[in-house]
Amino acid sequence: MDRHRAALSAAVALPVGFFALFFVYPLAAILHRGLSGSELPLDVLTSRRTLDVLWFTLWQAAVSTALTLALGLPLAWALARFRFRGRALAQALVVVPFVLPTVVVASAFLALLPEGLERGLPAILAAHVFFNIAVVVRIVGGFWAGIDPRLWEAAATLGAGPAARLREVTLPVLGPALAAAGALAFLFSFSSFGAVLILGGPGRATLETEIYNQAARAFDLRAAAALSLLQLACIFALLAVTGRLERRLGGPRRLAAERDLLRRPRGRERLLLTGVLGAGAIGLGLPLAALVERSLATPAGYGLAFYRALGEETPALLVEPWRAAVNSLVFAALATALALVVGGLVAWVAARPRAVWVDRLAMLPLGVSAVMLGFGFVIAFDDPPLEFRRSAWLIPVAQALVAAPFVVRIVAPALRSIDERLREAAAVLGASPARVWREVDLPLALRALGVAAGFAFAISLGEFGATVFIARSDRPTVPVAIFRFLSRPGALNAGEAAALSVVLMAMTAVAVLAADRIAVRRGTL
Amino acid sequence: MLRAEEVAVAFDGVPALAGAELAVGEGETVAVLGPSGSGKSTLLRVFAGLVRPDAGRVLLGARDLAGVPAHRRGIGLVFQDGALFPHRDVERNVAFGLRVAGVASEVRRGRVAEVLALVGLAGFERRSVSTLSGGEQQRVALARALAPDPRVLLLDEPLGSLDGPRRTRLLADLGELFTRLRLTAVYVTHDIGEAFALGDRVAVMREGRVVQCAAPDELWARPADAWTARFLGMTNMREEGGRSLLVRPEAVLVSPGAGATVLAAERRGAIVTLRLRLDGGEELEAVTTRIDHPRAGERVAVELDPAGIVELGRPVEPND
Repeated sequence: MDRHRAALSAAVALPVGFFALFFVYPLAAILHRGLSGSELPLDVLTSRRTLDVLWFTLWQAAVSTALTLALGLPLAWALARFRFRGRALAQALVVVPFVLPTVVVASAFLALLPEGLERGLPAILAAHVFFNIAVVVRIVGGFWAGIDPRLWEAAATLGAGPAARLREVTLPVLGPALAAAGALAFLFSFSSFGAVLILGGPGRATLETEIYNQAARAFDLRAAAALSLLQLACIFALLAVTGRLERRLGGPRRLAAERDLLRRPRGRERLLLTGVLGAGAIGLGLPLAALVERSLATPAGYGLAFYRALGEETPALLVEPWRAAVNSLVFAALATALALVVGGLVAWVAARPRAVWVDRLAMLPLGVSAVMLGFGFVIAFDDPPLEFRRSAWLIPVAQALVAAPFVVRIVAPALRSIDERLREAAAVLGASPARVWREVDLPLALRALGVAAGFAFAISLGEFGATVFIARSDRPTVPVAIFRFLSRPGALNAGEAAALSVVLMAMTAVAVLAADRIAVRRGTL
Repeated sequence: MLRAEEVAVAFDGVPALAGAELAVGEGETVAVLGPSGSGKSTLLRVFAGLVRPDAGRVLLGARDLAGVPAHRRGIGLVFQDGALFPHRDVERNVAFGLRVAGVASEVRRGRVAEVLALVGLAGFERRSVSTLSGGEQQRVALARALAPDPRVLLLDEPLGSLDGPRRTRLLADLGELFTRLRLTAVYVTHDIGEAFALGDRVAVMREGRVVQCAAPDELWARPADAWTARFLGMTNMREEGGRSLLVRPEAVLVSPGAGATVLAAERRGAIVTLRLRLDGGEELEAVTTRIDHPRAGERVAVELDPAGIVELGRPVEPND
């Protein structure tokens, strides 16, 4: 037996087994719970409550998307068209909200919005715009920057003024990018969990939070399973649309991407640019500033009392809050290691010619929401011999499932870009296949693995939807602890939530910055 | 030393090699010459063990290489544009084969310095490969292939990505190196000048077969068939009584008189090429070294030296 083939089989078997046990099986358990039983769950699916929830989920996502596009477009324009000092920094900062844990964003808006407005529809919409604006700026801006300026020049020589050029040239050309960014923003708003759960207040539920409410609060597992099926159907429909819209991107983007098309703003553009960037800085910076302010604003003036309280016992948790930070770090480290092994193996297999379908499969967990994953774990691992829903190690497993697709997305292209002749050169010089892998593939993929590790760590740190189902009260993670604090009244609880949120924000920032530094230093990504 | 017998390879049903035969003697450099798509690179990859032949045998010495993977063949390969490991410096690129073979590090260092000096890059050990020029990268690639002292060195259009004086320099250095080291080498190229400059023998490939393998002078004197003659740049072909005849341009003697018109006269270095049209309509090419050669439009008399008329026939068998 060819040793190379044996290694390949093992590389396939490990992730397949992992996904089968921890992804397919829990989903199957949900299906089983929802579809078997005494009768089909039509009563749940057609109930007034479900229809209300579905309707709210849809229209809040639509409004969030419209607002995100409207507010994101000016920023995309500013960052895509002009050269100015601090542009690179601005581009990096715009992405920050996207990588922040939902729980942090939610508690930032709780801190920012005035009393009476801090829970409810406006807060939900604000948080969704805050999150997804990075999607619009990156996708639309990237596309915008690649538009050949001669299109505008041609339009101008044909008599089109600025407004006509925007209407007749820019927007039509941007069409596919706007559609793709809008579809993604809609998908994220549709499946948003943490923000809606915390900011929604009692009356506002989306499908995701309703699954959680039914499963974790009302203990109606059948209803939760039925809602999960509905959610699954919606998400797959949305993913199909998004995938199709994303594929339509491409052409013009490559057309001029290599040329440096940025220019300095002129005349009135300077004023407009300053206004847009200033508004962006305020809109994106203010919630985070308010969060920091709230964490320092103790009843006795500014101070570190809330941070000190993190070391003391609290009625909100069974342990001192600082232990949640330790738990989070340990879980995230384990989850990162797991995601790197599983995702790295999938990437290795997927990078081989004619194995593109492999990374499509590995993307599947992205389509299934974390909430569903957590719920699936709860009902799948409840009976012997698989009775480990209360085992602590299930948390890093869940987080690794959420992070692994990102690892594949980062590592597979890096492996695919390795020149086949390097492997041949090594072989001709006497290196066995295993040696070629160690001497060529591994060192060249190392930087991608480093970047992937940073993102996997950040994702695991902030993971909330799955963790909230399976974290035991005596071993909470930081997002879960923040959620518990926010569920209780009182200035101390709010203050400690803010302080923990700041801590989580800092931990995430360190992880992402480390990943970013690897990427920048090695000049990739 | 190295021998391909009836080697056939097809990629997705399209034949790349169709019964290719080639034998390389010990210490000999064979240049494999052919247009793109003729299968010359595939033949090289079959020798290296990177492509498995569908049929035929490859022998190294007396040993059949079937089933011997690339990394156990002891055959070196220089790729077209180097394929240097981007994550290693020059020394670690050159030392790769030695390290894989388990050579001790002091010995390794000495050998690396030795081969780097050989290719004219003494002292380049610490350089990052991305800072090297194209020519330097090719020299490092050559040093890397030479370092483990391969029994046969294969080169796949090593000058393909270079141009101008760099190319000329490296070509001259390669020729000197091959002679000095008495290397057994197979040099693939589509450039006739390179093949003739480096090959002790030149193998001409067409559509997956070696159509002729001979020393440069022999090849030039007696191309195997009309296609080979034309590929080598000879244009004076005529059919006479069912035989294909080649008239060597230097055998077309031109003097003042009548019988033909000069269509064009083009000087390249010491040689002037004349395009002539005989009054019968046939076109011929002649070469001369005279300064006062006939100009375009002039009338001339044409005579053919019988010694320069070659009958083209079946491929000449390799003389091994």
